[in-house]
Amino acid sequence: MKILVTVKEVAEVEDDFEIDGLGIDEAYLEYDLNEWDDYAVEEAVQIAEAGDDVEVVSVTIGPERSEETIRMALAKGADRAIRVWDDAFEDVDLLDVAAKTRLFAAVVEQEDPDLVLTGVQASDDGFGATGVSVADEVGFEWAAVVNELELGEDVANVRRELEGGVEELTEVDLPAVLTIQTGINEPRYASLRGIRQAQRKEIAPMGLGDLGLDASALDSPIELTGMREPESESDATIFEGSAEETAAQLADVLREKGVGAQ
Amino acid sequence: MTVLAVADHRRGSLRDVSYELVTAGRQLADSTGGDLHVAVISGNVEEFGEKLNLDGVDTVHTVANGEEFNHDVYAGAVEALYAELDPTVLLMPNSVNGLDYAPAVANALDLPLVSDAVDFDYDDGLTATREMYESKVETTVDVDADQVAVTIRGGEWPASTKAGDAEISAFDFEPEGELGSRVLGFEEVVGGDVDITDADVLVSVGRGIEEEENLELVEELADALGATLSSSRPIVDAGWLPPNRQVGQSGKVVTPDVYLAVGISGAVQHVAGMKGADTIIAINTDPNAPIFDIADYGIVGDLFEVVPELIEQFN
Ligand SMILES: Cc1cc2nc3c(=O)[nH]c(=O)nc-3n(C[C@H](O)[C@H](O)[C@H](O)COP(=O)(O)OP(=O)(O)OC[C@H]3O[C@@H](n4cnc5c(N)ncnc54)[C@H](O)[C@@H]3O)c2cc1C
Repeated sequence: MKILVTVKEVAEVEDDFEIDGLGIDEAYLEYDLNEWDDYAVEEAVQIAEAGDDVEVVSVTIGPERSEETIRMALAKGADRAIRVWDDAFEDVDLLDVAAKTRLFAAVVEQEDPDLVLTGVQASDDGFGATGVSVADEVGFEWAAVVNELELGEDVANVRRELEGGVEELTEVDLPAVLTIQTGINEPRYASLRGIRQAQRKEIAPMGLGDLGLDASALDSPIELTGMREPESESDATIFEGSAEETAAQLADVLREKGVGAQ
Repeated sequence: MTVLAVADHRRGSLRDVSYELVTAGRQLADSTGGDLHVAVISGNVEEFGEKLNLDGVDTVHTVANGEEFNHDVYAGAVEALYAELDPTVLLMPNSVNGLDYAPAVANALDLPLVSDAVDFDYDDGLTATREMYESKVETTVDVDADQVAVTIRGGEWPASTKAGDAEISAFDFEPEGELGSRVLGFEEVVGGDVDITDADVLVSVGRGIEEEENLELVEELADALGATLSSSRPIVDAGWLPPNRQVGQSGKVVTPDVYLAVGISGAVQHVAGMKGADTIIAINTDPNAPIFDIADYGIVGDLFEVVPELIEQFN
């Protein structure tokens, strides 16, 4: 069995940052493995550990820098990795869902996995749509927001986490794409040994040509035209001063609201 | 132009976002003097159809097929309706069910997808507002296409409530072949020791607490305040608190008199569960954390310094 896990290196914005045109200055960004993808990797690795002959391949779209993050997936147990990138990406401000779908669908067609796991969403662009879109493109079944997974012969039994503490139990035909929700498992930390082994694992670079695509695959009718700090609608009273002073002011408010008066 | 909005329901009730979709859809249709069509698929579509007969809706299309949401049925039915109506904008909810069919529909129809929109405008083309980087920045995207699919974030448009005089029309749809996924049932996440929805005062802790051991500190605060302890999702994901303590979209919706958010950023899915609190107080090191946008009182500071002082104040 082969499991393909899509992973993304996401940018996290520091507390204080500045917007420069349509982006945030590199100086204010930190990069990390997308939280939801970390759970997807863990789920794939747990399936591999529980069964014979399961290969876990992770795939990412990202520049060379992202190899550092992708190695985390390898250190946690993925067998090999594919990194899709091309000079043509440099000019793209926003890779929309359709473009990502074309890229991942091409990888799925080459790798022919039985199962594809993705995170529910990426914390940077927050589209929350790529996994299900890829499923439609390659003709796989799918389930979104999965917080429990049990694999059978031809089906996956999943729980989908709905709103308000309700879960849906669904049976999905394989091959399928599942978008993984946090909490499905406990992602491991990469061990020193895993990190060392990851250095020797393959991260295959793939350009558009390798996927049978050309730069038109990145064309998108969705254009990023503005970026700003959200205007705060807040009329919050912010207490200023030392911890002691602010705590005292907050305590006054709380007492006024009758809190703490036994 | 024509706008087609697809309602959301579960276990016999239309979800709030359905009424919000009507408002959002009308807003778009108005900008070009167009029609608003609403679709409701599966379940008691007659009853749902009547409820969706709201001011500003031109036609409600009811698709009777199965009881509950099934993405294969939804995707097929929306695609069939799309073929018939040829709408300029296809509006769907960015709900958990929306996440499970909207991207497939957009892909199948070759439509650009703008997901999780919080605002939009139509003038020659769609311009939408989305958030990125966990709500730390707001972006505008322009869509250069004749037709587009959009999912909207719940709670961003007011709900439509005024009755209308729409045409209600039954739409026949049968999915082709066997369904690739089958919903077998539903389960409630089990309750536990306490019911946080009953509490008048909640001390809620988030990822800012860093380590499980540090939870003791907020427990002490909750004790000192006579409050109940709740949390954001990462604390429950990590197994530090049981699921019945989670506040948010997938957790509990709480409406206490006072909600004290300690080391919680205020992600949209968290806010969905606590925005109804009377008084919201935040303690967070990041002055730009979205939680401050909805807070009534705030301290920009390190919880490890502020919380001990606060405990001191009450002991
Ligand atoms: C489908 C779906 C459903 C979801 N459902 C829910 C849900 O029901 N409930 C929920 O909560 N989330 C839910 N989430 C997750 C949500 O998107 C966020 O990931 C989560 O709410 C973040 O939790 P947090 O604020 O505790 O952590 P973070 O976002 O990591 O925020 C931690 C905050 O702590 C602050 N901080 C750090 N150190 C300190 C310090 N020393 N002192 C003071 N402040 C500090 C930081 O500045 C930051 O603002 C859901 C996500 C999805 C995709």
